[in-house]
Amino acid sequence: MSVLVVVECADGEVKKSSLEVASYGAQVAAQLGTTATAIAVGHANEANLAKLGEQGITKVLFDAEPRLKDFVNNAYTKLIATAAEQEQAKIIVLANSNIGAAVGSRLSVRLKASLATNVVELPKIAGDQFTVKRGAFSGKAFSDVVLSGDRKIIAVKKNSTEAKHDAGKTAEVVSFAAQLSDADFADAPTQVIMQDQAGGVLLPEAALVVSGGRGMKGPENWGLIEDLAKALGAGTACSKPVSDVDWRPHHEHVGQTGITISPNLYIACGISGAIQHLAGVNSSKVIVVINKDPEAPFFKAADYGIVGDVFDILPKLTAAVKALN
Amino acid sequence: MKFLVCISNVPDTTTKIAFTPDNKEFNKAGVQFVINPWDEYALTRAIELKEAAGSGTVTVLNVGEADTEPNIRKALAIGADDAIRVNAAPQDAYFVAEQIAAIAKEGAYDVILMGKESIDYNGFQVHGMVGEMLGIPTVAPAMKLDMSGNTATLEREIEGGKEIVTVNTPFVASCQQPMCEPRIPNMRGIMTARTKPLKVVPAIGEPARTTVAEFALPPKKQGVKLIDAENAGELIKLLRNEAKVI
Repeated sequence: MSVLVVVECADGEVKKSSLEVASYGAQVAAQLGTTATAIAVGHANEANLAKLGEQGITKVLFDAEPRLKDFVNNAYTKLIATAAEQEQAKIIVLANSNIGAAVGSRLSVRLKASLATNVVELPKIAGDQFTVKRGAFSGKAFSDVVLSGDRKIIAVKKNSTEAKHDAGKTAEVVSFAAQLSDADFADAPTQVIMQDQAGGVLLPEAALVVSGGRGMKGPENWGLIEDLAKALGAGTACSKPVSDVDWRPHHEHVGQTGITISPNLYIACGISGAIQHLAGVNSSKVIVVINKDPEAPFFKAADYGIVGDVFDILPKLTAAVKALN
Repeated sequence: MKFLVCISNVPDTTTKIAFTPDNKEFNKAGVQFVINPWDEYALTRAIELKEAAGSGTVTVLNVGEADTEPNIRKALAIGADDAIRVNAAPQDAYFVAEQIAAIAKEGAYDVILMGKESIDYNGFQVHGMVGEMLGIPTVAPAMKLDMSGNTATLEREIEGGKEIVTVNTPFVASCQQPMCEPRIPNMRGIMTARTKPLKVVPAIGEPARTTVAEFALPPKKQGVKLIDAENAGELIKLLRNEAKVI
């Protein structure tokens, strides 16, 4: 019985969220007294896959089928299901990403498995009882969920667990063929369009995020947000009203009906903190709020705050970060 | 074209979340329930596509007890043609997916739409389960949906970008913004919704595969530490030396 970890790759690199998932899967395997095997999806580099040994993975399965470079739901589902059968995996761990959710839900039916998404901690295993803690009510609560199926699939929320790092350890990379047919690629994308990411940091994966709201007064002022984000190596985000009026693209909208993020640091600039916005960011480890209104509700959820004009404060913060570096 | 749109009944987005004293269930007392905001995108887009084609039907499906009917009627007022309620409290995503798959199969729907996830349990699971149960493609989460005959072109969000996907009917898609501008019901819609058919059917299927043992609220924050605006750079030192996040 093994733990199977689904590792997403892009541009040859293992995604940060998949390093977290690999580490999580290895720790679950240790709890169960077994080993963790990974199955790679996306555009992977074999040398980088071997480095998953640093997260505790012992073996990585890799299917060199070139059409697996882009996400194809049916093909990925079949690939992972085949790997799970081969490895007799009772536990499958994947990232709570768009790919993870799309594949995990199909896999749960195919493998007759219990599925928990949005998981934020290692499982509690007591005899036959297997319980995971997951986020619920858009980050306003948690629930302990008992997975009763013989097989279990766990989708781990990004930035909720730390990727452990044991330098120098390597995993064995093993060629794997899921015997995929043309029919498995029937829903393959006809086009893949990547968005420009400010500073090259992908928002859903970002450990640090600088975000702006209507207090920024217009898209022409976003350079101040981007300057601080660039200095910090952070991703950029925005509130719903900002994306609604097209100051910023939809994919930067964080909140209840946008992206839910849980970075180590969330800096909110000119955002009052409506409950719907908080729902998307309140699992951030540290929240900083900058707002000229001392009564802004966001201050109640913040760890650090500055009452003042974002146009004065942001350049000072950027300068302070540059001075530190 | 026959559209099936699945809607959830969820607490209003401004609700302060609380649980029953044993923390086993959400405390519904005094809470206003609404159509799940993500599902409104699915509903509106189905109605838009039906109107553009000049023919077809939009059926709303909800798995829930009788107290969900006001929001089913609201969906009818927005423009759906008829509705089905599976008379059962949703147990888990798998249970809900089984109900949807059974209704979809019996009704031979061409397009099955729903929101990306519900804002209460945030499962993001039902779409894929339904697609797998029916053996048809799933596109999730979809930001754009256009139809040309039996062929759909969708934009699917991926981390850092989007994919353009073309599928033939039948298929399942979970919807999110910016797919369309959700509609609100007008007076004529509210009046006609009263007479539109709403069929109630019993639940089928297996027991739930997951059960909630307990809910909990996040720990309360310690309170904000305010930094003088004149000395804003001090924040960066605190983030490095005290919070240790940069």
